[in-house]
Amino acid sequence: MSAPNGITGITLLKDLRLEWRSKDAINSMLFFSLLVVVVFSFSFDPSAEESRQIAGGLVWVAFLFAAVVALNQTWAREIRNQVLDAYRVSPAPANSLFVAKTLGNFIFVSVLEALMTPLFIVFYQLRALGPAWQLLLVAVLGTWALVVNGTFFAAMSLRTRSREIMLPLLLFPISIPALLAMVQATTSILNGEGARFWIVLLATYDLVFTTVCLLLFETVLNAE
Amino acid sequence: MNGTPYLFAAYAVTWVIHIIYLATIVRRYSRLKSEIEKLK
Amino acid sequence: MKRAFPILGVLTAILLSYALYQALVVAPTEKTMGDVQRIFYYHVPSAWTAFLLFFINFGASIVYLIKRNPAADIVGLVSAEVGVVFCTVVLITGPIWARPVWGIWWTWDMRLTSTLVLWLIYVSYLFLRRFSSGGQTPLLAAALAVLGALCVPFVYFSIWFFRTQHPQPVMGGGGSIDPRMLHALLINWLAFSCFAFLVCWSRYRLEKLQRDVDHAHAMESLLDHGGSGR
Repeated sequence: MSAPNGITGITLLKDLRLEWRSKDAINSMLFFSLLVVVVFSFSFDPSAEESRQIAGGLVWVAFLFAAVVALNQTWAREIRNQVLDAYRVSPAPANSLFVAKTLGNFIFVSVLEALMTPLFIVFYQLRALGPAWQLLLVAVLGTWALVVNGTFFAAMSLRTRSREIMLPLLLFPISIPALLAMVQATTSILNGEGARFWIVLLATYDLVFTTVCLLLFETVLNAE
Repeated sequence: MNGTPYLFAAYAVTWVIHIIYLATIVRRYSRLKSEIEKLK
Repeated sequence: MKRAFPILGVLTAILLSYALYQALVVAPTEKTMGDVQRIFYYHVPSAWTAFLLFFINFGASIVYLIKRNPAADIVGLVSAEVGVVFCTVVLITGPIWARPVWGIWWTWDMRLTSTLVLWLIYVSYLFLRRFSSGGQTPLLAAALAVLGALCVPFVYFSIWFFRTQHPQPVMGGGGSIDPRMLHALLINWLAFSCFAFLVCWSRYRLEKLQRDVDHAHAMESLLDHGGSGR
């Protein structure tokens, strides 16, 4: 099984190198994160007591927004250089490509989240009254849920008109259960309760959708 | 608590929706039929 | 086969009329809500029909993924479209019922919310069908349909737990049901299912005809341009 791992690793490293090669990429991500949090702060007054209650939702909507921006980017480059056709012709299994792309997106989105989180904490004076380690678990599981479906739908959207709008159109409805789980889990933990049910739901969701996306990706990639 | 107008509104809306959908099917069908004539 | 259609059409119309009579006249008036409750006889069968159609869409999509036959693809398209129509009926009759009973148009009640998410998922399916080009559409749509169908249990679970944490008025009432009401409900369900079947059949025939015509067009342009095109 070393060949697939090799291809996954190589593709992943290539993507990471391309993204991080320029300082511009990092700077633009930093600025983007700050902008999102500031815009949210103007829309949802941080000093109001209610905002503290809905902070869980705010954070995840911001993350969702960042994820869509990231996802739209990552396939565009492949298209430009007709890399996708090369992948289809090569004997490399489609799954390796999918795993690599998903991992790359996951890292990219996680970095954006890591940049936005301290800003949210500061602007909204957030404090976790519940088990804070669960927040990390929710973040990882939730981000994976968005990214695994997002990568799949981004690949699907490549074959459609209005590519950029197609991705959120397809991603949002199916992500609703996961989004509900992420938001409720975060809100519960911030307010001092545990979020065991939501975490289990998220984990199950991740398992089911990762499996099915892996099974169906080859079909989608080769659809002609 | 007179809800009867709502009752009739609900039933009416149901059929309006179904009729609109059926109308689109009928319209497309007749357009196709004329296209087939042209093809022949 | 084609002659069956008008006969079935007339029969279904009769059945629907009888079902309407059952719903408006025969079924007893509900104690707390009054006559408005009769919306129930249209609201619930529409929901059940929509769910059945979405289930058929799931089955057809799986068949397509395995066998790649065009008929399965058309069944998928048709069941999703008609399912969305019935689902729209549910989402509109729901608020019309809620307004006089609860005073508000919408409540994030479990059933209505789940139906809304279902509607969103299948509308996105229809958008994918419309926006994707040519030959890949059936495969992409089938893949999306499978993902959407797998999402459904998660939709119900997540909203159920959310509602137990934040209770809201439950629409549609619960509890035991008068047998005459059950009878009216089932008759309406039967009538609407027959109606849905006929609508699907018409839509299927339309789609098949459309594809044959498109195919004829494609053949024609191929022949017109001799061997120059490819």
